[in-house]
Amino acid sequence: MNAEWKWDFAFQILPKLLWATLNTIMAAGIGYAIASVVGLLFLLGQRTPYRVINIIVREIVEFIRSTPLLIQLFFVYFVGPQFGIVLSAWVSAMITIGLHFGTYLSEVYRGALEGVPKTQWEACRALNFSTIYTYKRIIFPQAFPIAIPGMGNYLVGIFKDTPLLSTIGVAELFHAATAVGGYHYRYLEPYTMVGIIFLILSIPAAVGIRKLERSVNKAQGKTKQ
Amino acid sequence: MSYFSFLAEHGSTLLLGTVTTLKVLVCATILYVIISIIFGLMRVSNNSVIQGVATVYIEFFRGTSLLVQLFWFYYVLPFFGISLEAFTAGVVAIGMNFGAYGAEIVRGGILAVPKGQWEGAHALNFSPFKRMKNIIIPQIFPIILPPAANLTVELLKATALVALVTVVDLTFEAKQINAITWLSAQCFGTALIIYYIISRFFLVPFLRWLEVLAARKVGKEKT
Repeated sequence: MNAEWKWDFAFQILPKLLWATLNTIMAAGIGYAIASVVGLLFLLGQRTPYRVINIIVREIVEFIRSTPLLIQLFFVYFVGPQFGIVLSAWVSAMITIGLHFGTYLSEVYRGALEGVPKTQWEACRALNFSTIYTYKRIIFPQAFPIAIPGMGNYLVGIFKDTPLLSTIGVAELFHAATAVGGYHYRYLEPYTMVGIIFLILSIPAAVGIRKLERSVNKAQGKTKQ
Repeated sequence: MSYFSFLAEHGSTLLLGTVTTLKVLVCATILYVIISIIFGLMRVSNNSVIQGVATVYIEFFRGTSLLVQLFWFYYVLPFFGISLEAFTAGVVAIGMNFGAYGAEIVRGGILAVPKGQWEGAHALNFSPFKRMKNIIIPQIFPIILPPAANLTVELLKATALVALVTVVDLTFEAKQINAITWLSAQCFGTALIIYYIISRFFLVPFLRWLEVLAARKVGKEKT
C-alpha cells in the first residue's frame, strides 16, 4: 500500500461517484419529503384532545428519537421478510428515514407553534375564527418562518446520514465508493472523494440556511416593531 | 422459539456487546468534551489564525458524514502508515465529529455570557486567562448543558456506527445473531430496546442531574 494519490484513478472513478451522488441527493430529497409529512402526523398525534393518545404518540417519538438510525434500518429491512413482507432496500430506507427524522421535525414544528405568541390564539378566539381558519391564516404564516432554520438543518442532517443506507444495499454515493474501493483494493481515493463531495454539497447548504435564518430573524424583528 | 428462550440463549452476547457500546460511549464523550472546549475557545479567540484553524476544523467535520469520517480513519489512514485499531478509530472519529458540534455549543455559551461580566472582569484588571477561567467558563455550563445533553444522546446513537468498522458492540452482536438465527425482530428489537433503556433511564437522567447541579452552582455563586 502506498499513500500516493493517483489522479488517473481518481478521474477514472469520478463519473461513477457522481452518478451515485444523484442517488444520494434523491434519497435525501424523498426521505425529507416523507419525514416532513410524518413529522406533521406525529405533531398532530401529540395534540389530540385524548390524553392517552398524546402520551402514546409521545412515547413512540421518544423511542424513535433515542435509538440509532442504523438498527432501525436493519429492523425495517430484515424484519419484514420474517413475516412475509419483503421490502426493497429503497423502500425500507425511505420508511426508516421518514420515521426517524419525522420525530425530529415534529419537535421543530412543535417549537414553531409554541413560538407563536399566545395572544394570537386568544385574538382568534375573540374574533370567533374557526380552528381551520385560525391555523391557516393566523398561526401557520407566523409559525413557518420560525420553523425554517430547524427544517433546513434536518435537510442537511438527512443528507449526511444517507451513507448509512449503504449498509442495507441502497446504491448511493458511499455504497459506490465502497464497491469501487473493494474492486480495485484502493480506498484512499474513493473515500476521500466521497468526503470532498459531501463538503462541496453540504457547506453551501449550511451557509444558505444560516443566511435564511438571519433574514428570517430580521423579518421577525421588523414585525415586532 | 419464544422470545424468552431467545433471550436465554443470546442475552449474554448482547449484554457483552452493550458493555462495549458503553465503553465507546464513555471514551468518545470524554474526547468530544475536551475537543469541544478547546475548539470552542479557539473559535472565540481574537487571533485570526487560531480562529481560522478552529473554523476549518468545525466546518470540515460538520460538513462531512460521520460514517465517511469513520471509514476514512479506519481504511484510509493505514495508507499513510497510521493503523488504528477499530475501537480507537471509532472513538476518535466519533469524538472528533461530535467535538466539532460541541465546539459550536461552547462558542454559543461563551457569547451568551452577559456583557457586564466581561466588562466587570476588565474593570477588575483580570488577565484574559483568569477572566476566562474564573468568570466566564463557570457561567457557561448552565447555558451549554441542555444542548450538550442532546448532543450526547445523539452520540450514544452514533456509537452504533462503530459496528461497521468491526468493533464488536451491541449493533455488531445483533447483526451477528441475526446472520446466524434470522430472528431479525427479536435481535434488532432487543438491541433497540437496550439503546432506549440506556438513553431514557440512565443517560438522560444523569445529564438532567448535571444540568440541575450546574444551575444550582451558579445560583449559589451569585448570591
